[in-house]
Amino acid sequence: MVRYILRRLLQVIPVFLGTTLLVYYMVFALPGDPISALFGDRQPPQSVIDTLRSQYHLDQPFWVQYGIFLQNLFTFNLGNDFTGQPIAATLARVFPVTAMLAVEALIIQAVFGVAFGVFAGLRRGSWFDSTVLVASLVVIAVPTFVLGFVFQLVFGVQLGWAKPTVGANADWGNLLLPAVVLGLVSFAYVLRLTRASVSESMNADYVRTATAKGLSRPRVVLAHILRNSLIPVVTYLGANLGGLMGGAIVTEGIFNVPGVGNKLYQAVLRSEGPTIVSIVSVLVLVFVVANLIVDLLYAWLDPRIRYDQ
Amino acid sequence: MTNKNSHFVAPIEETPLLATDTLKTDQAPLSLWADAWRKLRRRPLFIISALLILALVVVALFPGLFSSVAPNEGCELANSEGGPTAGHPFGFTFQGCDIYSRVIHGTQASLSVGVLAVLCVLIVGVTFGALAGFYGGWLDIVLARLGDIFFALPLILGALVITQLPVFRQNKSVWTVVLVIAVLAWPQMARITRGAVIEVRNADFVTAARALGVSKFSALVRHVLPNALAPVIVLATLELGVFIVAEATLSFLGIGLPEGIMSWGHDIAAAQSSIRTKPEILLYPAAALSITVLSFIMLGDAVRDALDPKSRQR
Amino acid sequence: MRFTRTSKALGIVAVAALALTGCGAGGGSNNGASQSGGDPNKIITAYNNEPQHPLLPANTNEAYGSHVVELLFEGLRTYDPSGKPVNALADSIESSDAQNWTIKVKQGTKFTNGEPVTAKSFVDSWNYAANSKSLQANGFFFESIAGYDDVSAVTTEKSADGKTTTTPAPKADTMSGLAAPDDSTITVKLSQPEADWSLRLGYSAYFPLPSAALADPKTYGENPVGNGPYKFAKTGAWVHDQSISLVKNADYSGPREAKNGGVTFKFYTDPGPAYTDLQSDNLDVTDVLPSNALKTYVTDFPDRNAAKPVATDATLNIPPYNPNFQGEAGKLRRQALSYAINREEITKVVFNGTRKPAQAFAPPVIEGFKGDLAGSEVLKFDPAKAKDLWAQAEKIKPYDGSKPLQIASNTDGGHKEWIDAVANGFKNNLGIQAEIQPFAKFAEVLNLRKSQSLPGLTRAGWQADYPSLYNFLGPVWATGASSNYEQYSNPEFDKLLKEGLAAKSTGDANDKFNKAQEILFKDLPGLPLWDYTVPIVWSNNVVKAETGWNGAILYYNITAK
Repeated sequence: MVRYILRRLLQVIPVFLGTTLLVYYMVFALPGDPISALFGDRQPPQSVIDTLRSQYHLDQPFWVQYGIFLQNLFTFNLGNDFTGQPIAATLARVFPVTAMLAVEALIIQAVFGVAFGVFAGLRRGSWFDSTVLVASLVVIAVPTFVLGFVFQLVFGVQLGWAKPTVGANADWGNLLLPAVVLGLVSFAYVLRLTRASVSESMNADYVRTATAKGLSRPRVVLAHILRNSLIPVVTYLGANLGGLMGGAIVTEGIFNVPGVGNKLYQAVLRSEGPTIVSIVSVLVLVFVVANLIVDLLYAWLDPRIRYDQ
Repeated sequence: MTNKNSHFVAPIEETPLLATDTLKTDQAPLSLWADAWRKLRRRPLFIISALLILALVVVALFPGLFSSVAPNEGCELANSEGGPTAGHPFGFTFQGCDIYSRVIHGTQASLSVGVLAVLCVLIVGVTFGALAGFYGGWLDIVLARLGDIFFALPLILGALVITQLPVFRQNKSVWTVVLVIAVLAWPQMARITRGAVIEVRNADFVTAARALGVSKFSALVRHVLPNALAPVIVLATLELGVFIVAEATLSFLGIGLPEGIMSWGHDIAAAQSSIRTKPEILLYPAAALSITVLSFIMLGDAVRDALDPKSRQR
Repeated sequence: MRFTRTSKALGIVAVAALALTGCGAGGGSNNGASQSGGDPNKIITAYNNEPQHPLLPANTNEAYGSHVVELLFEGLRTYDPSGKPVNALADSIESSDAQNWTIKVKQGTKFTNGEPVTAKSFVDSWNYAANSKSLQANGFFFESIAGYDDVSAVTTEKSADGKTTTTPAPKADTMSGLAAPDDSTITVKLSQPEADWSLRLGYSAYFPLPSAALADPKTYGENPVGNGPYKFAKTGAWVHDQSISLVKNADYSGPREAKNGGVTFKFYTDPGPAYTDLQSDNLDVTDVLPSNALKTYVTDFPDRNAAKPVATDATLNIPPYNPNFQGEAGKLRRQALSYAINREEITKVVFNGTRKPAQAFAPPVIEGFKGDLAGSEVLKFDPAKAKDLWAQAEKIKPYDGSKPLQIASNTDGGHKEWIDAVANGFKNNLGIQAEIQPFAKFAEVLNLRKSQSLPGLTRAGWQADYPSLYNFLGPVWATGASSNYEQYSNPEFDKLLKEGLAAKSTGDANDKFNKAQEILFKDLPGLPLWDYTVPIVWSNNVVKAETGWNGAILYYNITAK
């Protein structure tokens, strides 16, 4: 087991190199000079632009730029972004905020999605099942920018239950409203995945056996049906954690959350290669670890699954 | 059958089998898919959803049959956010275009984006996921990590770069958007498939099939995959809707469909201008999207049921 | 906007060269005097976004940084709400020949770190800003001073593959025309006489810096120390991507004394959430409204809104390199396009009256503005005339309509709505296909414009650096001017501008500038669209807010309830 985990962690290295290379190249391929864009409509003298370009190595060929990035990385120096701010400080600021948001959203979608999904799956075709289907349709068909806006207006402005925006006060309470909005779309996925697995497991032999043995209904549902239905759900949640950490551009924008998504979006629009690659580097680590946890959970959920082959 | 002690079950004459459990010895057993199809075509859920989808396809192919008003023509600002009038049952958009006509004519692009993107994601995602999950080892490592790399790409960066490729720069089309979505969304599908395949690959019936001499690959295709499809179908049907909405976001940022191609995504994005004054404008394209997603969810449900031998109805 | 070398030959370049977007939030103290019942110690919150550069006045050329810098510093002069300069730290500014200037600096004022503000503070700061090695975006503000060329010198290298690179190579550290003979006197020698050179002394590039700033500009830019009506609340008051907190500078006495205890700028990447925050009194004032709130802000904020015309306009530029719009046929088509835009209706429906249809190439708030210039009838909506002109052009040379006429714009600035409306106008009235050419990144549009490769038209806008007619013409339409990206060129137009700059009186100058506009109306290198007003709203926590001549909120004048 330990060997398996170690082997998986070692795989971080090629993934990391692959991702950073790809992302760095993508930024490099974007048209438009990021330095002159920094000054907008009002361009400074060309010497200012040229000097800044060479300060940030933008006048170098791609491989040199990427090499400098890697070299800096190994000395734990992420450098500065084009506005002169240290990137490491930016990462330290945005990741905790988004991590809180992601965890909160993940809990919301996992708890409600699984609970509703189990009920819907146990009572397929009931009014509850149909209501839940319609609700998840609404969530899918209404884009986040509308959903977020409506929630903000209703709960933030009209009812005053929560602060409409987060801004500098990112704590669990203030992040609840964006977390709900963020969790809603994935909630539909979790719900329908759970529902499908549960209705499938319900007819499985081991469930019939358990029921025949006289086990109580809750015990059958929790220990037998649910546990065996969780693999797709866990897979989805694991993948989704990565997505949430990558930042929900729209949701973070609507609620003015100073997190990864907002920063990444700004950085992409400004072609700030170093910032983008640094953020993505952290994300890759998150993905790899999340995936590893998911794979370990498989073995726990279904003892037939083994990795030490 | 003379020695009664050699049987623990009652003789067949004493416990007649129900019709469904009787093995018909006079004909060859149906294949999994033929069996599924036989079950499927009798289910009302399937019939309703198939009809709905058929209707959508007809609208997508022949929008002119349903709307006499040319879309995107004669948009007069004087009609901005106007209510329904004769010949314009849904009223007018912010720009004063006929909403009904736009929704009808937007079906083609939206349906194409949704269906094509889901198909691409299914082809790549299911293939990679199934191979990785079933064979494990190095194949799993390579494919899963490849997925990680693509998963880490920020959507907007990927979209910006892909739409900047020389091929697409001047002629963006439905395929540009499909490509963007497919490139960035396949790892999710691959991971779900991989998880489901890992779960099924150790099942008794797979071991049995292998023991009977079925090759590893055909065990995967004929026994493992069909039993791992449930989460794949759920994900695919939901993604259909999510992708159509994703087109809205991309178009809104200027990296989606060109203006000349009408789509629900364009309309949903444009309705943002009216959200404080006339939110109804948003409802029509969103409703069209909901109906589409609903039909595919129902279809997915029906197909999944038909494929699952355990959940047959008694 | 930066001026090219050629412009230096012109007479009074001064005003045009000034590039601040948020400059001149000055004066107006008498306007707010009637506000009463406020709490002078309460801190107000205001909409802003992360400044793009460290907070050095001469390097701040965008609105977000300007909002802060304007409050942290006080210059020799400042501007009242109508844009008129008034003396602040200057006791007197004199010159007998318009070339040699003597400025007397008020004595006894201090930076908030205790360092006195003297003539030397100014001279050192200006020399620093002008030095090409300092990389200050607004260093060219000093180009009229003798010796600027040496301090700002650069070398240009051409590499093997034909790319040119410019590197700073100053030949001197100080401008020869600039001196501080004693603590209260600055003497300035210009390279040539410029009658209204002193007008620019209120711009932020001319703010004084304490000596610590020059020793380590980068560290200083994070925690600037100034001499203005406000100061940083504490070291580290700039929380990146979140906020900047300013508190009242009790030692300040001048025309812009703070009527509140401080201003906290909250950062928003989008004006939508700021608007929602204002609706629930979580934010006190904003000068940027989301475009979908233009129709509702008056009802959402009854008695808590204001809209004032400002010196900003918008045009639709037609690149001279587009074959469809060249020659005699092109001229007719440019006119046809202009006649096909219903400015009245678009400003009413799309902007809900927050923009006014353009009457010329400059807005009416500018002194010398004339609304009935020869040729300005093309700004009227006249579909019949548009069709007719288009048909005439067709007879000369057929229009290549193989691709729709595209209007390039970035998508993040709320431009899509009006561009769609303009495109629909072209479709309905000229029978051609037209659509927005959207770009997610502003840099891409800039890139296409700079490299002369726009496939169609582009939107353009101009915000005045200084309220002058010339400022709307020179930097945008003169041959080789820095913001003349489409490279329009007409020698007759250039000549009139030159004559205007050399004119003896403002009236004479404006006559020449208006004549120059008539040439623009003939050539139509761009179609004037509309002039801006800046609508602002404020919360229940404050008494009232107002904007200055350039649309910047007068933060110091806001009283909390």
